[in-house]
Amino acid sequence: MRTQADPFPSKMELLITRYVKLQDGRVWLNGIVEYVSELGSANELFRSVYRHYRTDYPKFFKMDNLCKLAFLSAEILLRGTDVLQKYPAEQIGIILENASSSLEYDQKHLESVRDRDKYFPSPSVFVYTIPNIMVAEIAIRHQMKGENAVFISEQFDPELIDHYVSELFRNQRVSCCLSGWVECYRDHYQSFLFIIEEKDKIKRCKGVQEYVTLNILNVERLFKGKPI
Amino acid sequence: MIEDLINKLKGEIIRELEMENMTPEELDPEAPLFGEGGLGLDSIDVLELVVLLEQNYGLKIQASKEGREIFYSIRTIAEYIRAHQKE
Amino acid sequence: MLDVFVGASNTITSMGFSTAEHVERIKANQIGIRIYPGGNLYPTPVPLSLIDSQGLLDLFRKCLNKTNPDLQLDSFTRSEMLHILSISDVLKNSGVNITDSRTLIILATLKGNMDLIGGKNRPPAIEPDRVYLWKWSEFLGSFFNSSNKPVVVSNACVSGLLAIIIGSRLIKAGKYDHVIAAGGDILTEFAVSGFQSFQSLSPNPCKPFDAARDGLSLGEGCGSILLSRHHSLCGIPEKIVVAGGSCTNDAHHISGPLRSGESFCVAIRRALEEASLDPPDIDYISAHGTGTDYYDETEAKALSLAGLERVPVNSFKGYFGHTLGAAGIIESALAIASMRNNKLFKSAGFENPGTSQPINILTDHAVKEVNHCLKTASGFGGCNTAVVFRKI
Repeated sequence: MRTQADPFPSKMELLITRYVKLQDGRVWLNGIVEYVSELGSANELFRSVYRHYRTDYPKFFKMDNLCKLAFLSAEILLRGTDVLQKYPAEQIGIILENASSSLEYDQKHLESVRDRDKYFPSPSVFVYTIPNIMVAEIAIRHQMKGENAVFISEQFDPELIDHYVSELFRNQRVSCCLSGWVECYRDHYQSFLFIIEEKDKIKRCKGVQEYVTLNILNVERLFKGKPI
Repeated sequence: MIEDLINKLKGEIIRELEMENMTPEELDPEAPLFGEGGLGLDSIDVLELVVLLEQNYGLKIQASKEGREIFYSIRTIAEYIRAHQKE
Repeated sequence: MLDVFVGASNTITSMGFSTAEHVERIKANQIGIRIYPGGNLYPTPVPLSLIDSQGLLDLFRKCLNKTNPDLQLDSFTRSEMLHILSISDVLKNSGVNITDSRTLIILATLKGNMDLIGGKNRPPAIEPDRVYLWKWSEFLGSFFNSSNKPVVVSNACVSGLLAIIIGSRLIKAGKYDHVIAAGGDILTEFAVSGFQSFQSLSPNPCKPFDAARDGLSLGEGCGSILLSRHHSLCGIPEKIVVAGGSCTNDAHHISGPLRSGESFCVAIRRALEEASLDPPDIDYISAHGTGTDYYDETEAKALSLAGLERVPVNSFKGYFGHTLGAAGIIESALAIASMRNNKLFKSAGFENPGTSQPINILTDHAVKEVNHCLKTASGFGGCNTAVVFRKI
């Protein structure tokens, strides 16, 4: 499909203006390692990242790990940017992908109803048994009210993101979009989150790094940490 | 003694509602739990308190009908438990 | 700008195994929600809408004998049987080739193989990995020899309607010519106990928008609908298109709706704008209407804010409950049936107005020309979706 001539070329150029990765105890911002932790478990790492970035958001501690990862990634990604001021809330989208959905908390919920004599399902667990709550946590924190969706795929699928998000921009459904991959099951976690903006809407300042054009190849390379 | 029950409840609430960095001493038993000026608990927290009362005290509550009054403050919760818990 | 036509559809709930069966039963005022005694699904009696298991097995066996007689029934889960039956029905009634590289399957679900989550009682012929939505979708894609890996949308109770929006957008972007949007969720103790923990299940069949409403009724369901650039392959004579669609987020609370209805209203307005329509142009609304206090109230406010308070509106959930991932697809299929036949159905379970902003709930089946229909849905996580269908 990628090799067929595209009869609907997008006229606008979309750029990835910032990206963050969390994996193996490390935090990368725009490809540079910002934080390293030797801590083993996802729980410990997420707390450590929360403290390192001096986050102040008590609701963080109620979240499941998938949402904690999404929340922290968005927090680091958006800190110091003017994206939330530049674009109306309803024009900022969040389009994410994930593999395991919310399986960890699915299992936790099911455990709580395993024994008919100790039958106490908890709403604060059940609410986290759908993957789009990670979008909600980001949206609530940063007041992003636009288009949103969670796709599930075994591996990060840059093609789907590129096609769908480009169409959202082409049709003016969004003016800015937070997109990427957030996956967490027990201690296996990986996130790759990036901001997409239209080239025409970005003011070029002296000394600002060159942004990367949104296309499947570039997204793949940034995800894998390869040079563009 | 109702004060013992209040102290027990404080610990249970902090644990169940994942109130990180909150100590029992910091929790005012008279303070409103919900709404503006309160501890800022929300609708899921009400339902968690429902589970807490059933699990730890054997009391079943309909959140939508009785929740507002019973869960006004830690003290009102303690008073409800005292009044309704079977010996 | 190319048109995205709506084509053949299939719906499976307690009310039957096809869209036509559903229409007949709804016309006859039948309801598929029953009080189930305490058992596997929940310790105490609870109203549920469950698909007839024997009927499902019989139909699936027939379907399998025609297409893959070498495969055994026990190598399919309940959810997979439902989706295969549903998609097969759509294919049978349209001219689309599912193996074509320009055809995409989009699957909408909350939990896919919900019955595999705990890992216990798994039939030996089914691999443990089928608990993953990507594996479940891969299995379904390979069954149909689909050239493209199915896309999976898991976005709470808007998943089904969102799949229609996404499918329509991908066709408009020129990536595909046809999309089969299929959505489904089965019911197990997982879902029933979870919604009970929110005290959101009514002890009686649900009453959307009614003054005495006290919760939703869960339903099992699966539905599919064809979207295509080519009306000639759609399988229905009427030309009905996806004229507009939108999804917004309340950015307010992870489970409760933004009660002003503001964000839901934005989704509705945007769908109307994309369709170049004004509120008076809408002939009928198929609402989300679950029967819960806050969600129904919020939806009524949103419709009112959008200037749609006079438009005839119903919820289908009074007939077969809230079918989660399937809801947006099944209810869209039935709304399209209303458009095709110019017949509106009463909103089952409704007797007395129960929202602070009055809306025009259908209290009887009615005959009305329907050229423009609005379909709405909202869900946990603050998401709101709206789609406008237009007859051309």
